[in-house]
Amino acid sequence: MSSDEAQEAKIAQSPLAIRGLTVSYGEKPAVFSVDMTVEPGQMTAIIGPNGAGKSTLLKAALGIVAPLSGRVSVFGRSLEEQRARIAYVPQRASVDWDFPTRVIDVVLMGLYRELGLLGRVKGAHRAKARECLERVGMGEFAARQIGQLSGGQQQRVFLARALAQGADLYLLDEPFAGVDAATEKAIISVLKSLRQAGKTVVVVHHDLATVTEYFDNVFLINTRRIAEGPVVEAFTEESLQAAYGGRLATSQIDKLAKA
Amino acid sequence: MLLDALLLQLGYNATLVAIGAALLGTSAGITGTFLFLRKRALVSDAVSHATLPGVCIAFLIMAFAGGDGRNLAGLLAGSAVSAGIGLWCMNWLTRNTRLAEDAAIGAVLSVFFGFGIVLLTVIQTLGVGRQAGLEGFLLGSTAGMLYSDAVVIAAGGAVTLFLVLLTRRPMTLVAFDPEYAAARGLPVDRIDMLMMGLVMAVTVVGLKIVGLILIVALLIIPAVTARFWTERSEYVVLLAGLFGGVAAYLGAALSASAPNLPTGPLIVLVSFALFALSLFLAPNRGVLAAVLRHLRFQRRVHLRQGLLALAQGQAIYESLTLRLLQRAGLVRADGVPTSSGKARAAKALRDERRWEVVRSDMDHEAAAALYDGLRDIETVLTPDQIQEIDRQIGGPREVLS
Repeated sequence: MSSDEAQEAKIAQSPLAIRGLTVSYGEKPAVFSVDMTVEPGQMTAIIGPNGAGKSTLLKAALGIVAPLSGRVSVFGRSLEEQRARIAYVPQRASVDWDFPTRVIDVVLMGLYRELGLLGRVKGAHRAKARECLERVGMGEFAARQIGQLSGGQQQRVFLARALAQGADLYLLDEPFAGVDAATEKAIISVLKSLRQAGKTVVVVHHDLATVTEYFDNVFLINTRRIAEGPVVEAFTEESLQAAYGGRLATSQIDKLAKA
Repeated sequence: MLLDALLLQLGYNATLVAIGAALLGTSAGITGTFLFLRKRALVSDAVSHATLPGVCIAFLIMAFAGGDGRNLAGLLAGSAVSAGIGLWCMNWLTRNTRLAEDAAIGAVLSVFFGFGIVLLTVIQTLGVGRQAGLEGFLLGSTAGMLYSDAVVIAAGGAVTLFLVLLTRRPMTLVAFDPEYAAARGLPVDRIDMLMMGLVMAVTVVGLKIVGLILIVALLIIPAVTARFWTERSEYVVLLAGLFGGVAAYLGAALSASAPNLPTGPLIVLVSFALFALSLFLAPNRGVLAAVLRHLRFQRRVHLRQGLLALAQGQAIYESLTLRLLQRAGLVRADGVPTSSGKARAAKALRDERRWEVVRSDMDHEAAAALYDGLRDIETVLTPDQIQEIDRQIGGPREVLS
């Protein structure tokens, strides 16, 4: 098998394969010619310094922002064909939490495809939404207005909405940003249960200290791809130094790479 | 006279106007809600002002073609075209330049409106095609409303409502979380365009009754009013339709009840009255409710702090606290707790300990979220749960002093 064919086979198997992706806001590329191949059934962290294009990479992969170039394949097919298999959890700060809606209504948005334009919300839909809320430990919050939630609870509601979709690939944008320890634990245990069920999870992550504990693979980015692979191989001092430049003290890196 | 107007007893034209206005108010309220939820309410102001050049150009074309320049369907078609162009300009400006939406709104609104006024002045000096009454599109004029006009309004309103019903889910999703909507594969741009298209349709239909300057009030005020009464978007939509319809009907009836009262501005004033009432009287989000809630909360805080002070044998210095405790029969005039005061104080201290346990335990998260330092623990936990907590913190203690 030639190397090209091997490449194609890898892309066909990968839940999310990105080739030559460039995204630019104005004239300054946020993501430049990035290749990424997500391993099926594993948890991958996208890490890199602030402004390195982590979230942009995810948004471009989902078509939320238009890339300048590059192609994205999802389980070997085009993004449009595979939309139903992807669940996206945006940053919780991206929405207005004073919007007039209840917790359960947000989760029901995850069932948008099943409900269609005019379908009535039936008991079965509500039961499914409640079950997803239970999974993130928010069952008792179903009838509350979303404005009453704490940051961690908001994040878990977003996760419940993604769970309701019943997808195969989960993409989360900074789910641990500004949440309490209890929420972090709840979210990571849900993500691990997803992996156990054979799903693929990709997380934009900012906390280097927990990378080895939580994830199987890392993808280091600083506008360009720095390193990619299993945590033991790719989460090294050289790659961290390359991604963060002078922004991490050497002692910090030593601790992380050994952890 | 007003009663007659409300009961549609003031003749053919008044009845026609009242029914037409109510239909328009309902569809404007419902459509405007999505705009309000998407936080783009002011776009509708630019859209409505952008209708004026279209009205004038349509008039000129029809007049020079030898017809009646004031054919309503023709004028509305013209206004729709120029509103559409205005909308397109606004989208282009926000997407392809560094201008923010508010600047684009300002630019489009003033330029289109200015151009429209120039055309209007020119038409008035030309003296063709029975131009009198064209300026009625500025503030609405219902005096000469025809049956066919009412039919145009009703049909336009009905089509808009049908489209809203069909697309309410995607529009709500886009309004709440556009990124998530895009990730699900929803065409966010097209849904936004549709939302604006619906607003444009309502604006065009409403030109005859409220006029282009005030239609924005009919789109926005009902939604804002409805928001005071509910925390659920679907109810906001329905209530906004109701408020819009009621305001338009009342306003039209009021204007019919006396000579020379303008319909459009009265409708706006009635919607404002509904808004003001809601602002003050709405049960949860209203101003009055907020003030009362604050006062009640303050009293409860003082009582609670007083009780905790009693339980720990500390002196109470704040006069409000003492007054409240006295009035509740918990302390005597000299500040010494009564027997019921002692009991309540012990209970308060105990509840404080219980809350501490509840708030440190993730299993009680839903209950802990209700903690405000005041709530009786019995209202959020079952007796079994409380017993379990009590076992953790040990037996009750007696209050000294």
